[in-house]
Amino acid sequence: MNRITATFQKLAAQQRKALVGYLTAGDPNPETSIEILRAACGAGIDVLELGVPFSDPTADGPVIQEASQRALKAGMTLTKTLDIAARLRRESEISIMLFGYYNPLFKYGLERLAKAAHAAGVDGLLVVDLPPEEAGPLRAALQGTDIQIVFLVAPTTRPDRVKKIAAETGGFLYLVTKAGTTGEGGLDYEAIRKHAAEVKAVSPLPVCLGFGIRNGADARKLAPMADGVIVGSTLCNVVGQAPAAPDLPARMTGKIRDLRVGLDEA
Amino acid sequence: MPHLMTTKLGGRYPDAAGHFGPYGGRFVGETLMTALLDVEAAWKSAKNDPAFLAEFRAMLRDYAGRPTPLDCAERLSAQLGGARLWLKREDCTHTGAHKINNVVGQGFLARRMGKRRVIAETGAGQHGVATATIAARFGFDCKVFMGAEDIRRQAPNVRRMELLGAQVVPVTSGTSTLKDAMNEALRYWSGASADTFYVIGTVSGPHPYPEMVRDFQRVIGDEARAQFLEKCGQLPDLLVACVGGGSNAMGLFYPFLDDPCEMIGAEAAGDGLDTPRHAASLCGGSPGELHGALTYLLQSDEGQIHEAWSISAGLDYPGVGPEHALLHDLKRVRYEGITDREAVAAFQMLCKYEGIIPALESSHALAAALRAARKRPAAQNILVSLSGRGDKDLDHVTRWLKEHQSQNSGVRSQNQERADRFGFPRHGK
Repeated sequence: MNRITATFQKLAAQQRKALVGYLTAGDPNPETSIEILRAACGAGIDVLELGVPFSDPTADGPVIQEASQRALKAGMTLTKTLDIAARLRRESEISIMLFGYYNPLFKYGLERLAKAAHAAGVDGLLVVDLPPEEAGPLRAALQGTDIQIVFLVAPTTRPDRVKKIAAETGGFLYLVTKAGTTGEGGLDYEAIRKHAAEVKAVSPLPVCLGFGIRNGADARKLAPMADGVIVGSTLCNVVGQAPAAPDLPARMTGKIRDLRVGLDEA
Repeated sequence: MPHLMTTKLGGRYPDAAGHFGPYGGRFVGETLMTALLDVEAAWKSAKNDPAFLAEFRAMLRDYAGRPTPLDCAERLSAQLGGARLWLKREDCTHTGAHKINNVVGQGFLARRMGKRRVIAETGAGQHGVATATIAARFGFDCKVFMGAEDIRRQAPNVRRMELLGAQVVPVTSGTSTLKDAMNEALRYWSGASADTFYVIGTVSGPHPYPEMVRDFQRVIGDEARAQFLEKCGQLPDLLVACVGGGSNAMGLFYPFLDDPCEMIGAEAAGDGLDTPRHAASLCGGSPGELHGALTYLLQSDEGQIHEAWSISAGLDYPGVGPEHALLHDLKRVRYEGITDREAVAAFQMLCKYEGIIPALESSHALAAALRAARKRPAAQNILVSLSGRGDKDLDHVTRWLKEHQSQNSGVRSQNQERADRFGFPRHGK
């Protein structure tokens, strides 16, 4: 069974919520990044979204933009991101998704990507600027692998389209909590509660909430509304605030424990 | 002999999903999908609504100053001793460039959709000025996203936009130029699409923009075709237009696609196609996806987008409209690189022999036309899109000439300073 699906089944049986964590691969540099990712995986995230840095991240706010820039300056590439995924896979059975924009994947070659991602032990792909309507070629390339494509539902997505997206997505459904780009804060909890309930009513898939979640307290408030929460900017900010700090892995562990405790208390 | 298509191209592309063969499409985050589906639905209903089309044509006539003249460049042609050059005078429109055609159309569409705010991206400031112009005319609140680097280089257009009541938003992310301005406009729109219409300036971006902007711009080709037939009793042998995103070129070419006319798209070759400092996505780039469409891009082997370079800020974009990508693959249009030096020479020729100051963008088309005219007999006719006027470029051309006359005297060019700042890595194939 696909690791993402298995993870959500296990969590459901334990009546726990999923913590999905995004980190840009190679931030602030490839070596430190691996240490940070190891720490993140050990500190309580259930699904790792491994960010493939891109020069023009149009769906991201400043924090993840800067993380991508740092990683690119340090020489990060998709090939090296796949190497990192393979190293983490050798050490752990955590669910790993590649998360990024279409162009680096397209340029690499979709067939080649499918083979390499499968070999690296990647379980899922989330391509921010690839709606289901354009995903045919990627889906075809992934045939014969166990890799799932996760799609997003936004606050602006209309009900008929939610059903269509839910039918196409694998693993879980990523429910975007606010219009606009990634970044901390700005959440309307009542609107999210309503939207999450509507989405869960039309889809049997696990639903995770992402965008704007800052800390354990936010996670605790959102957890009862869905099957998990997704954090990105708040993790990248740990690196962004002090990219040269020698104790980045320890800082990341602290950040994730706070989120984990918040979720588990919900 | 002109290219002969086995199947008709007019009306064939894009397909229902916005694809031009393997190019185009709608590659955006889910948050923007609803906004784009709404624009598409509004556009589909508007383009078949006689009242909408009548309003659009009336404003092009009364406000934008259409039809623009078709003008024979007699003295310039005589000077070349080859084919005869004809100019489609988009420089004679209100605001001085073809950009106005598209923003009038999108202005009516925004109003039809009940939007009260518009946003736009701009590089040189021409599309920003055009958008600010119609925002004033329609009474829209207007924000124009512009790279901080471009704001510095194009100060007069910033003042024009502000005078017209627009807010110019400086963009400091990435390389602080046009592609980053478009990134930022897309980011802003994803949080504001409920009441805001995004006025994209060229035949680029996600579906339906490449199709919609082409259809608003085809007035250039429709007029030119009728004017040419009336004056000459036949079609031109060759059409030439410059291509950055490619909206004036698509506008001119589209009504002629099934005619036996050759076509040349002039891309900005900057310092030369054999250097990394150019903006020629078709001649020197490779397929990829940026800003919502699959097309040709300047990018690394790893799919990271590179900055474009050209003397002409309006051609300074690392992508190109997806329909041009298709026409390039089909070899229906021949795309050629024109260097900064060739463009400036053509700029000077038109000033000297015809008393017309062309935009630096349009000077690329002229340069390609001059090159072709010299090789062709006097009986042939070449139709050039003179997409804009060059008043905005006077300082820039003067400075460029001074720098290039004093290259050995230790004066560092703007070009060199910018190259130092951004590095200009070599583009992948």
